[in-house]
Amino acid sequence: MKLQVEIAGKSFKNPVTTASGTFGSGAEYEAFVDLAALGAVTTKGVANVPWAGNPTPRLAETCSGMLNAVGLQNPGIDLFCKRDIPHLKEKGASIIVNVCGRTIADYVEVVERLSDEPVDLLEINVSCPNVKAGGIAFGQNPDALFEITKEIKKKARQPVVMKLSPNVTDITEMARAAEAAGSDALSLINTITGMKIDIHRRRLLLANGTGGLSGPAIHPVAVRMVYQVHKACSLPIIGMGGISTGEDAIEMMMAGASMVAVGTANFHNPGATMDVLEGIKSYMEAYNIVDIHEIIGCI
Amino acid sequence: MNPVKEKAVIISQKRIAEGIFDMSLRCPGAASLAEPGQFLNLYCRNETRLLPRPISICGIDKEKGNLRLVYRVAGAGTKEFSELKTGDILDLMGPLGHGFTIKDKPAILIGGGIGIPPMLELARAISGRKTCVLGYRDEPFLLEEFAKIAPVAVASEDGMTGVKGTVIDAIREKKVEGGIIYACGPMPMLKAVADYAARQGIEAQISLEERMACGIGACLGCICQTKEKNHHTNVNNSRVCKDGPVFDAKEVVFP
Repeated sequence: MKLQVEIAGKSFKNPVTTASGTFGSGAEYEAFVDLAALGAVTTKGVANVPWAGNPTPRLAETCSGMLNAVGLQNPGIDLFCKRDIPHLKEKGASIIVNVCGRTIADYVEVVERLSDEPVDLLEINVSCPNVKAGGIAFGQNPDALFEITKEIKKKARQPVVMKLSPNVTDITEMARAAEAAGSDALSLINTITGMKIDIHRRRLLLANGTGGLSGPAIHPVAVRMVYQVHKACSLPIIGMGGISTGEDAIEMMMAGASMVAVGTANFHNPGATMDVLEGIKSYMEAYNIVDIHEIIGCI
Repeated sequence: MNPVKEKAVIISQKRIAEGIFDMSLRCPGAASLAEPGQFLNLYCRNETRLLPRPISICGIDKEKGNLRLVYRVAGAGTKEFSELKTGDILDLMGPLGHGFTIKDKPAILIGGGIGIPPMLELARAISGRKTCVLGYRDEPFLLEEFAKIAPVAVASEDGMTGVKGTVIDAIREKKVEGGIIYACGPMPMLKAVADYAARQGIEAQISLEERMACGIGACLGCICQTKEKNHHTNVNNSRVCKDGPVFDAKEVVFP
């Protein structure tokens, strides 16, 4: 059974990674998951300087989902390079670093700082709905997305994966803009903007007002968008959005994803990534699939 | 110490006050590691409820491998737990978080509302001189058990039990004295406790509550602002689930 997949010339031992922001830099999950057994660890968004993020409450549960408005709290690229990357390498993990920023210069600074680090892919977060400046502003306008992708590609030593927002009218327009600017791959979807009202106190529950919806509730939206993007452009896709079982992952791969990321499911089940991987294997066995590529984009 | 994920067996469960349930669980893995002030993540069986519910530990019996939880039904998840019967299975992970650090000083243990249960195991663990101060909104619970362990001062909002007012009112009226405070309860109470401890010039360890997702320090959903930069997060935020829930009151910036 061949589970190995490639994204932009980089090879991963299997198609299962983690969705940025749900897995820290991996260390907290080591009691439950062998990080080297994952296709890759995708780390929480990191910026050029430390960010404190939003006030609390940052979280709200919804039916089959959750809202978060963490606001990309992160320790900054210096500590990340000093502490998190060496730790992941020591554990034998492949690394996808999620990069965030407020300005193009912020993103470029992080990407340049990562030039000589043992990082497999750079996932560029232009789709976080919880920060005021930067972030999603680049992900909702095709011209802005083209511009930032082009600037990042000029400096990046590792392949660039632009992470797309579902909070747009036509995600294929965004995908084509990123492709035209030279992005090596795409990941989608980030969270869907939502809101929850505390009816007892008559106020918005999250301190940030709005938050990003994730979890099984968004899986059909993610499958639809991965399918559309796969048809609209030729870049490899890392698919994410509500994947909690092997079946969910298979669906996403049939829609066109070469790799899948497990996110919110880690909160319900810290071993979710391994359960998804086992589920993929069981499906392949049941249908006599020799190579996972047989199902990628088969629909 | 790494937390354990295990299937606990419900030994007993009963309602002890309006909306308050008392559950005992057989979970030898988590029980063997548990310390006062730590909590468990309880997982719902209904999979539309994704997030674990963090519940503080009220009692630890390492010999039998049992843990006791006293919790309030606050929503659909805790309602689900309250309907579990003896012999039912409950998925949990724990023990989680950084609990109380017992110091060799006369202790004042302060619990408010659903912050009272974790103080019971702490009261058992403190061998020296101690006084418990318990604040209720109305109907008291666990009061007799505390009274068996230590002198107790009670405050209630409605004045039906003990002093009418807050735990600080009870401390003043009953002239409770000590060299260290341990406290768990709602944020306004903890702020009042922190202010009181600062005025008295004594240490206060306070257990905070915040909405959580992972419970293991990865998602950064549950943070509290701190005066000093946290070495892990590299900003002035600490993770309530991992660095806490118990913090030195002097470190916390109250919202």
